[in-house]
Amino acid sequence: MGKLAIETRGLKKSFGKTHAVAGVDLAVSAGGVYGMLGPNGAGKTTTIRMLATLLRPDAGEAQVLGYDVVRDAQAVRSRVGLTGQFASVDEDLTGVENLLLLARLLGYSRRRGRRRAADLLDAFGLAEAADRQVKKYSGGMRRRIDIAASLVVTPELIFLDEPTTGLDPRSRNQVWEIVRGMVAEGATVLLTTQYLDEADQLADRIAVIDHGKVIAEGSSGELKASVGAGSLHVRLRAPEQRAEAERVLAGVLEVPAEPSADPAALSARISDPERVARALAELSRSGIDVTEFALGQPSLDEVFLTLTGHTAEETPEEDAA
Amino acid sequence: MNATTAEQASAPVTEDALRSVLLAGERPSRPGPVLTSLTFGWRALLKIKHVPEQLVDVTMFPIMFTLMFTYLFGGALAGSTQEYLQFLLPGILVQANVMITMNTGITLNTDIQKGVFDRFRSLPVWRPSPLVGALLGDLVRYSIGSAIVIMLGLVLGFRPEGGAVGVVLSVVLLLVFSFCLSWLWTMLSLILRTPNSVAGVSMMVMFPLTFVSNIFVDPKTMPGWMQAVIEVNPITHLATVVRGLMHGSVPAGEIGWVLVSSVLLVAVFGPITMVLYRNKK
Repeated sequence: MGKLAIETRGLKKSFGKTHAVAGVDLAVSAGGVYGMLGPNGAGKTTTIRMLATLLRPDAGEAQVLGYDVVRDAQAVRSRVGLTGQFASVDEDLTGVENLLLLARLLGYSRRRGRRRAADLLDAFGLAEAADRQVKKYSGGMRRRIDIAASLVVTPELIFLDEPTTGLDPRSRNQVWEIVRGMVAEGATVLLTTQYLDEADQLADRIAVIDHGKVIAEGSSGELKASVGAGSLHVRLRAPEQRAEAERVLAGVLEVPAEPSADPAALSARISDPERVARALAELSRSGIDVTEFALGQPSLDEVFLTLTGHTAEETPEEDAA
Repeated sequence: MNATTAEQASAPVTEDALRSVLLAGERPSRPGPVLTSLTFGWRALLKIKHVPEQLVDVTMFPIMFTLMFTYLFGGALAGSTQEYLQFLLPGILVQANVMITMNTGITLNTDIQKGVFDRFRSLPVWRPSPLVGALLGDLVRYSIGSAIVIMLGLVLGFRPEGGAVGVVLSVVLLLVFSFCLSWLWTMLSLILRTPNSVAGVSMMVMFPLTFVSNIFVDPKTMPGWMQAVIEVNPITHLATVVRGLMHGSVPAGEIGWVLVSSVLLVAVFGPITMVLYRNKK
């Protein structure tokens, strides 16, 4: 759909012996949210830093909005916005001073810059905190001023590096609303996250990154489908019947049923949804009372586990950020 | 807590307001290097306003040094503190300023640690402007430090024969030299990992640089090899110039020396700093 906002071929970056990014190919269409999902140290931040011209790639090529990140770095810089752990605002300055500083650097006159700063603070619900030093902001406010700072001149492409890491659920929802709002206005957002539900909620397409490489790419539906039909979750009235239920399910589904953490529940990965109805009938014939019976798409957690052999929350030893 | 109450009171992010800021679509033309450098200088002044504690080094150090050395050494070295003060004060002014330049590197390193610097590096502005701006802001700090030393000197009995013109001229030269020397510290701060290590290494450079000079005593009494070292130390020439101007002579050759070493400092450490800055991880 349309032109590409980001295109990379064989992008590489090493720090000493650590291959932080080991050959990343991306093709990100303009408009919408593209998610880069991976655990800490997978190479997400390093990739974004290269795309935002902060790091020079060791090898490979990257075009952002049609401009080469090395040769046309200034053209890239004037068209993208950047928010992340690595691109923050000055904690000693107040909210309004930070935005005014950026507005002046981007060419606004003093008067128009003040206007722009005030509008941004209003839009992000920070008007009352305008004259307070950013170091006194709460986590959620801090993240909002970080995002506002990357929108002083409306960018064509916005990089959000782990925008909700460390936020409480309410603040996280606010950030999600902001991202959806930006996309509704036609922005392209490249978002990195280690949270599967965040990628699931926001991203149109997702690249799963591990050890500096893209190991899978697609919509969240496609990624889930690649793992299998889904899983069956069953909850029993009597926990002591679980062993028997396990045997019955395994017999009908022809795949092993796994006991869940809940002592009355168990689940099974299924390959053939046809067998599910028979499994339910078989359980009731064996006199096992079922209180819950659900057929779900696999979660992105399961996708990640299947693709990488480890879960998304597990942190590999090397710290390649 | 202050922050939480304010957050609850503040309006949630509204779609309409967000839409209007995103649709503004204004693209002002890119400002030139002078304006962006001055804007970064303004940031440095804002930081002084919000964190006035950082002025300790430009206020307390010079006062401490002036008092300490005048009364410690005055009697022994020049027969009287009054005599010694006439010799020492211009030197202390040099030392105080050169010491204060160290702060440049420490501040820059803190910016890098906190991630503010990456935001600046991601902006489409003249690349050296964040550094130049920080140094411009530092000129204000040097001026404050100089004013304090001179005022304290006058109170203690320092009488510059060169008058106000001599004093002002010497301070101007001092500011030029300090600005140029600061590029050494910006370079260091891009190489070293933490503000602490920047402070440590800076001290190691700073002590011999200021003490092995003619700031405190006339080098005539020292061994020949040390005189040779002192002779090539740019701080020596700077102190000679400041002393001369304040006491009414114009040591033209020495002024030339100071200007040449200033240019050399920027010519060597400026480009290295910018290469490091561009390739900073």
